Amino acid sequence: MSSEEKLRRLANDLSRRARSALHPQLPFPYGPAQTPKGVESVAKTGSKGANFDTDWARRPSARAARGALVETMMRPAVAVLARPTRTGLDRLADLPEDEPAIFVANHHSHIDTPLLLTSIPEPWRRDTVVAAAADYFFSNRVSGAAAALALGAIPMERQRSARSTANRAAELLRDGWSLLIFPEGGRSKDGWGQEFRGGAAYLSQRSDVPVVPIHLAGTGRILRKGRSMPTPASTTVNFGYPLRPEPDETSRSFGGRIEAAVATLADESSSDWWTARQRAHAGDSPSMTGPEVASWRRSWALGDPGRRAGSRKQRWPYV
Amino acid sequence: MSRTPRPGLVLQVDRSTPPILFHHGEGFRLEKLPAGRSRVIYPGEPLLGLRNPDLAIRDALEDPIDSEPLSALLTPNMKLTIAFDDISLPLPQMQRPDIRQRIIEAVLDQAAQAGVDDVHIIAALALHRRMTDDELRHALGDRIFDAFSPSGHLYNLDAEDPDGMVVLGETRHGEEVQMCKRAAESDLLVYVNINLVTMNGGWKSTATGLSGYQALRHHHNVDTLAKSDLMDHHKSEFHDSNWRQGEVIRNSGLKIFQIETTINNNTFGLDGPMSVLQKREWEWTARDRAAFVTMHNGLKVMPPKARHNVFKNWRAPYEMTSIQAGEVEAVHEKTIEHVHAQQLVPVEGQTDVLTLGLPYLTPYNVNSIMNPILVMCLGLGYFFHLYRGKPLVRKGGVIILSHPTTPNFHPVHHPSYIDFYEQVLPETTDPVEIATKYEKLYAEDEWYRHLYRTSYAYHGVHPLYMWYWGARARDYAGKVIIVGGDVGAVRRMGFTPASTLQDALEMATDTVGPKPSITHLHNPPYVMADVT
Repeated sequence: MSSEEKLRRLANDLSRRARSALHPQLPFPYGPAQTPKGVESVAKTGSKGANFDTDWARRPSARAARGALVETMMRPAVAVLARPTRTGLDRLADLPEDEPAIFVANHHSHIDTPLLLTSIPEPWRRDTVVAAAADYFFSNRVSGAAAALALGAIPMERQRSARSTANRAAELLRDGWSLLIFPEGGRSKDGWGQEFRGGAAYLSQRSDVPVVPIHLAGTGRILRKGRSMPTPASTTVNFGYPLRPEPDETSRSFGGRIEAAVATLADESSSDWWTARQRAHAGDSPSMTGPEVASWRRSWALGDPGRRAGSRKQRWPYV
Repeated sequence: MSRTPRPGLVLQVDRSTPPILFHHGEGFRLEKLPAGRSRVIYPGEPLLGLRNPDLAIRDALEDPIDSEPLSALLTPNMKLTIAFDDISLPLPQMQRPDIRQRIIEAVLDQAAQAGVDDVHIIAALALHRRMTDDELRHALGDRIFDAFSPSGHLYNLDAEDPDGMVVLGETRHGEEVQMCKRAAESDLLVYVNINLVTMNGGWKSTATGLSGYQALRHHHNVDTLAKSDLMDHHKSEFHDSNWRQGEVIRNSGLKIFQIETTINNNTFGLDGPMSVLQKREWEWTARDRAAFVTMHNGLKVMPPKARHNVFKNWRAPYEMTSIQAGEVEAVHEKTIEHVHAQQLVPVEGQTDVLTLGLPYLTPYNVNSIMNPILVMCLGLGYFFHLYRGKPLVRKGGVIILSHPTTPNFHPVHHPSYIDFYEQVLPETTDPVEIATKYEKLYAEDEWYRHLYRTSYAYHGVHPLYMWYWGARARDYAGKVIIVGGDVGAVRRMGFTPASTLQDALEMATDTVGPKPSITHLHNPPYVMADVT
């Protein structure tokens, strides 16, 4: 045995002793028995991250509590902080009310989820779960339980593709739950959008559920990445026509359509519907992800985030 | 939806028949009809709407009747005008999204794809009042309104704009054909219609909707209307005149892509508090009865304004039952078939007495007040004409209308109606005399013209047209009685007031003899009698 190996074993032993000193275990059968040496231990599934149990948060009592929370706290807070204008709800007129839907939106701020939970119309709102980053919201029990209870969040793996979280989301869709998902995988880092991931398209195809594209404008000014205190601002929630995958369409191509639909809605929010349609057909819809140039130029191109796109002022240099 | 809509029904009244619902303005009456000699015509239940309206719209645009697909008619540098039916359709206003919004968005989407830049959207209101911004928003949706209204590319027709109208020529009968200049000079005119009843649509959409007094006077007159079965364009001189004008429009080289739609008669909803109004009385459940009693008694004690708002704010959950696009006449024939499928009820023989419960709404008082002239127009101009074959009531029979007929007028919407009621009707109710003596005065009055163009007033000549509209039934019937109406207003219009239906039926015997046969048209929802 090399000295290096000896040192490693010693460190492990000390670590185990330290853990048992801090968390004294009850003797068997009052506590768990130790796995005999030479026997492969069963891999622990853990109860955090992607494995966080959220079933309890969909029971009637938790739903009632969440409903009360949304109406009494979330809605007034959203009204004050986000001052939302909701448009395009008429586009959902033909969406079957007894079927679930996947609501897909761009993501700039922590206010996005409460804003959408107070904007998605009934009957979908009361049966909506939110796909939340497993590594962020469910990294500990307190934040996981709070997210599950307050937002109806379910963990979604975003660092790697995980079959278990996708399976759970598909099961929920099959059980009639609608899903709110931010396919960018996280809040915008610099004010521009990020490329959409394929989860929403995949789930839609797998579960035969329509996707409702939504564009959120203005939320980046409220609680964007790196901010801890919210700044009130006006926002727009623009709902698009539900999309369904074509018979032989690949998940990738359907994902592209979803992203394009959100980009067109973004254009619509910053210009008008007719201009947006003209640009969409000409393939000139402004990109949500911004120009692929140096970060300072991206930031400059973004303009003053406090203004509408049509009247943006460039920050620097002043010429 | 799994329900199977039942067709209309003719109920023979016997002693077990419950009292029948009569609409009575912003209220209702329950009336017991004499057993053994009365019948009630009930509308068919609402047909199922199209499962996927947007897909149906796309299909209609791409596979039109006797026309190239819309996409093939759109080119980048063209002048495109989209005209649509105004606030008078449908009745009541429908829940959002309105059919017009769905269709015009689909048309504009194709226009955007084709790279069309020059687009105007016009409310084809002829001599009706202008639509307010809120009404335009409701009909077309926020997206179209916000994109086109601020730039002035969405607007109401101004049929009195000397620079905005053009005369295209004359028909072989010498009728002038006048049209909105922008539409007439377009490379393509797309007309979007809602065919609520069989009178709507066809060439009437463009020849009347986009026209002005100079052309309308050729068919909106006593002589033409006296020869018109208004709900059957094959037997209507009024429609013949419109069709002749349409021929001139077509020969002028204007390319028209007509889009016609039909809706079911789900006026009051399949559930909810108002749904009882479209159920047959013996099928009212305890809940329906409770809803009706609450509504009936509540409306009685409500202040007039609140009562008015209850009805004014109602939006019908209509569903589109068909859409067809392409050549005007071919499209219209198909449209009429769909309207008939919903509204026609076979009825054997005419009746001595026709009873009609008039609701709170006509095409001309949306978001407004139903004045006595509009009561007359709705009863004698519209409801009387809801037949195919021959009128429900025999020549010389009695028409009994039920409506409060309050002499209230909307001062903004109906200024010339006030003068017509106060100045003309006390002097004469004879439509021919009115036309001869007053039509020119009202049609060319500068103040009415100004209000029509700049405010939200119906054109000066409009009340006279309403009077002509009811003239045929007035002349045809032996007597017209209004139950529960304002006595002064009813008498001023030359009709007979009655306090109750029983009184009215008693009075009717003076004209049609004892024990007359009675028919009640249970309308709305819309029903049309196919009388043989």
